[in-house]
Amino acid sequence: MEDTQRSPDLAPPSSIVGPVGWLRANLFLSPANTVLSLVGLYIVYVLFVPVLDWAFFSADWIGTNKDACSSEGACWVFVGQRMDFFIYGFYPKAEYWRINVIFVLLAAMIVPQMIEKAPYKEYLGWFFLIGFPIISGILLLGGIFGLDAVPTDKWGGLMLTLVISFVGIIAALPIGILLALGRRSEMPVIRIICTAFIELWRGVPLISVLFMASVMLPLFLPEGTNFNKLLRALIGIVMFQSAYMAEVIRGGLQAIPKGQYEAAAALGLGYWKSMGLVILPQALKLVIPGIVNTFIALFKDTTLVLIIGLFDVLQTVSSAIVDPAWPEVSTEGFVFAAFVFWVFCFSMSRYSINLERKLHTGHKR
Amino acid sequence: MSEDPTPSGTPAAKPPPWNDPFIRSIFFQVLAVAILGYFFYFIFDNTLANMAKSGVSTGFAFLSREAGFGILMSLIDYDETYSYGRTFFVGLLNTAVVAASGIVLATLLGFVLGVARLSNNWLISKLAALYIEIFRNVPLLLQIIFWSVAVFQALPRPDKSLQLGDAFFLNNRGLFLPDPVFGAGFEFVTVAFLIAIAGVYFLKNWARKRQESTGQQFPVLYTSLALLIGLPLIVFLIMGMPLSWEYAKLERFSFVGGANIIPEFMALLWALTMYTAAFIAEIVRSGIQAVSHGQSEAAHALGLRNGPTLRLVIIPQAMRVIIPPLTSQYLNLTKNSSLATAIGYPDLVSVFMGTTLNQTGQAVEIVAMTMAVYLTFSLSISMVMNWYNNRVALVER
Repeated sequence: MEDTQRSPDLAPPSSIVGPVGWLRANLFLSPANTVLSLVGLYIVYVLFVPVLDWAFFSADWIGTNKDACSSEGACWVFVGQRMDFFIYGFYPKAEYWRINVIFVLLAAMIVPQMIEKAPYKEYLGWFFLIGFPIISGILLLGGIFGLDAVPTDKWGGLMLTLVISFVGIIAALPIGILLALGRRSEMPVIRIICTAFIELWRGVPLISVLFMASVMLPLFLPEGTNFNKLLRALIGIVMFQSAYMAEVIRGGLQAIPKGQYEAAAALGLGYWKSMGLVILPQALKLVIPGIVNTFIALFKDTTLVLIIGLFDVLQTVSSAIVDPAWPEVSTEGFVFAAFVFWVFCFSMSRYSINLERKLHTGHKR
Repeated sequence: MSEDPTPSGTPAAKPPPWNDPFIRSIFFQVLAVAILGYFFYFIFDNTLANMAKSGVSTGFAFLSREAGFGILMSLIDYDETYSYGRTFFVGLLNTAVVAASGIVLATLLGFVLGVARLSNNWLISKLAALYIEIFRNVPLLLQIIFWSVAVFQALPRPDKSLQLGDAFFLNNRGLFLPDPVFGAGFEFVTVAFLIAIAGVYFLKNWARKRQESTGQQFPVLYTSLALLIGLPLIVFLIMGMPLSWEYAKLERFSFVGGANIIPEFMALLWALTMYTAAFIAEIVRSGIQAVSHGQSEAAHALGLRNGPTLRLVIIPQAMRVIIPPLTSQYLNLTKNSSLATAIGYPDLVSVFMGTTLNQTGQAVEIVAMTMAVYLTFSLSISMVMNWYNNRVALVER
């Protein structure tokens, strides 16, 4: 019997694996697919080549005034020169360090949350919700501990955007929890009041809430009580946001199985104890991604405060681009502002998607 | 040694009233009503006092006074001599027209992008993903201002317009289109079109009944198209083509005649469409992905081809997931159209809550009316939505 020997396997044809195979499978599978790919390539050519050229290759990066912007491309010199204004607004230059301290603190608290096994995450979280706002408030406002007082009408830029969104989220969270509990309460009057409150704010646009806060709030209060503009806007935003937050948290409360409520009652816990020790810890953990998404929406919505005359990032940019010293820089300004918002929102949405994967909440929509 | 004070067999003593859950719940509800009542009384009292002090009379009498300001765009007759009440309707209609066109365009773009996102063509899928990630992570207000300031205001002057033939002109005053002029007898064409729609409806029902009883199919799509286009066309030709176009003409500084779409409208519509389409695309994608692969395999196993599988199996199930979040996007778009204020498009908030409020000082009435409009709209949509949800919800047996 002849000894047969299997010849070694041939390598798969190059049309199935490797770059060629990838191209075939992903771009040129069928004639229709090929046409689509060509259309896609054309879009890339028409859109991306000029945009990249404008933004990078023929852009001006260094210089101090408009004379540096001689080329056809973007004039990033303008953004660089006005960067302080975009970040700190009208905050006094000598006091910039206070805002920088807060930025550093913020980074020091956020970075560990991104790392899977960082220690003391829980304590940092609590500090973030309670200690950090107090420290920031003292630093920003001044007036005690020998810090000069800085009135809120000098606040602006990225710093104001961050202040509004953080105050919004930190104040909206407890109010939202109470509203969500109220909406699921067994007492009909409480339930009706909370439902009405939530539906009222969710049904109207934020801009009309801001108008209301700035025009009607002074009418509602006894004569002589005077609010500054920022506080009025914050009240409006917190009311609006807490209604959305309540709905997110209600979703979490509904996802907790009834057995948990019954078990808490069987242990003899009263309403607040069973909610605080059994239900809410589970419900809130479920809805963290939803809370982050609410925060993203809030972060984008902070731009609306420019309509009642506050200087957030967008408004600082809008007012800087009309400066006669810099002709035709509107596109650069807006692209920069868009980039700032995009970086914040995109990274938060990635974070939220990661959390969602980790928590397996089953709320994937 | 028993700790139990109540021996078994005797009923437990009634708890004291402050521990009775029923009495407690009554107490807290009465307390809530009292606090809320006092809160509203406090606000109401202060408001009346403040308004009396500033000399503003309350009530809705201001609605019939003459407005005295012009509005950039109006779908109904309006000039300075009309009343403040009229400005409310002008604003309302402007909001409605931008919201309605935005909803249609955003839905079209969103569905295309959502399907493109799922394409097995790598390039198309990545392009759609790029679009979605860029546009939904940048604030809408920024996009609106960008399109308005950096694009539509930066278009050339009227004498250097971009033009398509002699009919369409685009410049920094807006888009100029030919205006249709309907001649005598055009109403018959409209009637013919309505008849065609009714005909299609009956045809569809008849074809379905016939297929259910005999199994014979009828080419409904082509017949309907023929009916919808053919019938009005025949009437149009019989009536002697009673339609002409009035073209826009460049006079010394601007265009005269024709239909004009103002740049504020285009910027707002464009931004709303681009922004909302990114969200709709994600909704469509997740809706289609929510239909499990087994469903299309089962349909193929039953002998359905690709088209009917999509139409009869995949889409009806995907729609159940898509419709509720889609409606909330429509609501968002409508509410977001109020950002028109920032670029001066005369919508309800900008005209009524802006100019009219500033001129009359009737803050409470005007804010209440404006909010009531949005609230009515939201609540009625959510009621329709709940009804729809209950209707299509999966019935588990």
